[in-house]
Amino acid sequence: MTAYETDLPTLPVEAGDPLLDLLNGFIAELRAVGIPASLTENLDAMEAVKHVPITDRETFKYALAATLVKNQAHWKAFETVFEVYFSLRGAQYEIAADDLEEADEADGEIRAEGDRGSGGDMLSPEELAEMLYRALMRGDSEMLRAAAREAVRRYAGMEPGRPVGGTYYLYRTLRNLDLEGVLERLMDAEQHTDGDVDDFDLRLRRDEFELRIAELKRQIEAEIRRRLVADRGVEAMAKTLRKPLPSDIDFMHASREEMASLRKAIYPLTRKLAARLVRKRRHGRAGPLDFRSTVRHSLSYGGVPVEPKFRHPRPHKPDIMVVADVSGSVAAFARFTLHLVYAISSQFSKVRSFVFIDGLDEVTSFFEGTDDIAEAVHRVNTEADVVWVDGHSDYGHALGVFWDNYADDVGPRTTVLILGDARNNYHAPESWIIKALQQKARHVFWLNPEPRSYWDTGDSIVGEYAPHCDGVFEVRNLRQLEAFVDRLA
Amino acid sequence: MSHRFADVAAVQQDLSKVEYLCDSGLAGVVYLADRLDKPVLVEGPAGTGKTQLAKSVAEMTGSRLIRLQCYEGLDEAKALYEWNYKKQLLRIQTERDADVGWDEVSDDIFSDEFLLTRPLLEAIRAVDPIVLLIDEVDRVEVETEALLLEILSEYQVSIPELGTMEALQVPLVFLTSNNTRELSEALKRRCLYLHIDYPTMEREKEIVLAKVPDIAENLADQVARVVRSIRRLELKKPPSVSETLDWARTLVLLGVQHIDADVAAETVNILLKYQSDIAKANKELATVEGIEP
Ligand SMILES: Nc1ncnc2c1ncn2[C@@H]1O[C@H](COP(=O)(O)OP(=O)(O)OP(=O)(O)O)[C@@H](O)[C@H]1O
Ligand SMILES: [Mg+2]
Repeated sequence: MTAYETDLPTLPVEAGDPLLDLLNGFIAELRAVGIPASLTENLDAMEAVKHVPITDRETFKYALAATLVKNQAHWKAFETVFEVYFSLRGAQYEIAADDLEEADEADGEIRAEGDRGSGGDMLSPEELAEMLYRALMRGDSEMLRAAAREAVRRYAGMEPGRPVGGTYYLYRTLRNLDLEGVLERLMDAEQHTDGDVDDFDLRLRRDEFELRIAELKRQIEAEIRRRLVADRGVEAMAKTLRKPLPSDIDFMHASREEMASLRKAIYPLTRKLAARLVRKRRHGRAGPLDFRSTVRHSLSYGGVPVEPKFRHPRPHKPDIMVVADVSGSVAAFARFTLHLVYAISSQFSKVRSFVFIDGLDEVTSFFEGTDDIAEAVHRVNTEADVVWVDGHSDYGHALGVFWDNYADDVGPRTTVLILGDARNNYHAPESWIIKALQQKARHVFWLNPEPRSYWDTGDSIVGEYAPHCDGVFEVRNLRQLEAFVDRLA
Repeated sequence: MSHRFADVAAVQQDLSKVEYLCDSGLAGVVYLADRLDKPVLVEGPAGTGKTQLAKSVAEMTGSRLIRLQCYEGLDEAKALYEWNYKKQLLRIQTERDADVGWDEVSDDIFSDEFLLTRPLLEAIRAVDPIVLLIDEVDRVEVETEALLLEILSEYQVSIPELGTMEALQVPLVFLTSNNTRELSEALKRRCLYLHIDYPTMEREKEIVLAKVPDIAENLADQVARVVRSIRRLELKKPPSVSETLDWARTLVLLGVQHIDADVAAETVNILLKYQSDIAKANKELATVEGIEP
């Protein structure tokens, strides 16, 4: 899956030490996921676990993370692998008592429903619902955990050897619990206990319950994972759970959950990028020697010009015009790109933005006078007037509108950025417009969110435009986007 | 070399005695730093106690804190040592009048007396227990970062005129970063990595109780809850722990006993810095219906 998989180092492990064997597998899996743990770091991890007992799971986890994971963006991926590898370690790894109980289950197979349980018989659906309600009401995490286990045992319908993913079992379990109904019940109870709760209080309590429910879901997922690991083994399970790191998530195929993690990732990324660009502008481009300033400063050294002073460089900043396809599957890509460009807009003398499907609309004003880029991007999606005929991308027509209305504003300092997959639904390309723009502009760049191998297949006509651009780039994920924007500014 | 801490629980406990409240994960990393003799690189959002951690560890171990505050343009002369030219010049002048040979003069002016010790050298020469804090390391240039790495790997410095100085101890070292730039792989490899996130509601309440004199427990509880709810929103800049503390102090000064929507709306500008964040928080907190969990 990644480059790391091929160069796994072998570790000087005393053969037969089960913990170290397990750690070796764990680290190999981290690398397979794309976390670049080096040999030194592996050795550090081996050393670290000698000092921290595995029985203290939180500390053990942090100890591993401290030695192996040095980028916060990788934390989630690390956590998933950790849970798979350390979710049901048996007596040989000295794990806490309540885990032993589960481990003996792992040795055999998952037993049939009702076979065991806290105290023998399974709870009735009503009893389970009541237990769940009370656990959520009190915020009792032990009870929540017990309820989660019970719910999975009862509703997930897990059978050994069945080739079904965890999400299916999760769905089945949650469907039976009706958590939204439970939330309403909890809120009703809150409203009626105290006489004087105001809306503000209720809001805080609702947040509290929502977080407890989220915790319950996590517990249910964890329980399902434990059972799957017991059934299929650690390696197989880890493999099915592999997911791309946030910076590698494909814009065009991101799931809802991945979209959320992309949105989270964009803020630190823009901050980092902005800081880096400011630094680059200030340092990298020293201006000519400032003679007067040098002499002035030399006075304190008795006239020796020890510290040459340079005139502050004033490289001129480009102005940018972003022209983005916001139809269907490329919309997310356009959003993230707009977000990034505006986040570093101080690097440009001016940023103007246009969005299109088959019609085209200027959206620059959405970004003016607000410090909330996410909100502006949201307005672009909902308010821009981009449909002309049928709402299927028509690059030729959209470019035509751009040419007729804005071509006069394109000058020798303008960089034109075109964003889209160039899937033109077999309309006329009008590629002469790109050619004409390139003659007027400083640069014309095209960013395509599709994998290069798909270009010019089907109705993709990026090849018609490419010869007239100063560069056409594949930009499928945040990593590639960041790299491009970094070069641009 | 003997170790500073008995076990992870002791670290956590002793930190809480100096009013630094943390979970066992964080305490475990501090414990490992001592056992493995490794520096700790601490990252995380602003105001979550990165700098304070180093200070508190110093306090709890009875060590002197040596702090190197990083900034753009920090160089060897300001981080490690430099020669005091002016003093050297003066000495040369006086010695010239006294007719002393050059060799003697040069031995003399490249001695301790003319050395300006900067934080890193100070840490290496320390004989008493110290904690070294290299704060906001992401602000230095790559060359300076290389210098830091060299020192953190060897714990020694060679000064051409004086020879090599080796540290008498491996100090506890904390580097903090606000992640404005990717640090070099080599530096990261050398360090243990610790990401400090916003505290849980319960932890934040404890911090408020510990740090805000005279605050009632139920107000502290409410403060922590409101802050948690606000942090769930998608904001440009979520409130930091220091902002939580500022807010709690203000509420105490205002004599507030119970936070309601009006109090929150009037004082939320202490927690949030951007207008758009303030507007969003006010709008959200005015409705019972929450955001999607
Ligand atoms: N876990 C904690 N226990 C006690 N106090 C804390 C804790 N976390 C933060 N604080 C308090 O919050 C304030 C901010 O902490 P600090 O200055 O260390 O933040 P920081 O992470 O270094 O922020 P920055 O990134 O802005 O430098 C301090 O006054 C500190 O006392
Ligand atoms: Mg700090």
